[in-house]
Amino acid sequence: MISINDELAAFRPDLLRFARLQLRDDQLAEDVVQETLIGAFVGQEQFAGRAALKTWLFSILKNKIVDALRGRERSTNISALAGEEEEFDQAFDRLFKENGHWTPANRPADWGDPEEMLRQSQFWRVFDVCLNHLPAHTSRVFMMREFLELDLAEICRELQISQGNCYVILHRARHQLRSCLEKSWFGRGEA
Amino acid sequence: MLSCKEITHLISESQDRPLGFRQRLDLKLHLLMCHGCANYREHIDFLHQACRNHPARPDREKVP
Repeated sequence: MISINDELAAFRPDLLRFARLQLRDDQLAEDVVQETLIGAFVGQEQFAGRAALKTWLFSILKNKIVDALRGRERSTNISALAGEEEEFDQAFDRLFKENGHWTPANRPADWGDPEEMLRQSQFWRVFDVCLNHLPAHTSRVFMMREFLELDLAEICRELQISQGNCYVILHRARHQLRSCLEKSWFGRGEA
Repeated sequence: MLSCKEITHLISESQDRPLGFRQRLDLKLHLLMCHGCANYREHIDFLHQACRNHPARPDREKVP
């Protein structure tokens, strides 16, 4: 007979992959996955087939990841943050003319049918490289929004930042990810 | 008319909150006239879709 323990352990690689992507720290990822599995084992009566085991495990994992991200945010060095922002703003400003419109070389191009890319494993490798290139603080906010699917108010509360700041950080994240994909995948500005 | 720079902010914010009437109108008018920003919007929508379809997600949506 397969024990609940074995069943839970079978999901370990999937949980770990997801946690690593969010946290970008292997040790921390191991820790949250371990806590998730222990939490699931201890709380197995609550599960009682309410949802698929995998879905339930991931909902526990997401909460653990938010806790870990919140903990790390508190210890973020403020001056490192300011550097991240300044660098971005300068690069961003260079894309536009004085009047705030795109310079011809930086006007976003047509990507064709990008949905097709979602089926290609090579695309996901590039996508992950681009995700990992986001500065740490920017990435944290973006992951909470797009992968953990918290709403803006929750993110602001968890990280104790203002809503205005949250919009700015998300804009920065999307912009950088877009530029990285355009350069690395859609082959523009290859150098 | 809003600049392209300002429009990129509105495009991003539209992923996180419903825009006001005036902002929706400004955005629509701008996108009608500006291919660069229209492409930018498509790209930002695509990023959102890619995040939802990421292979590491347990609840990954099926690619149609």
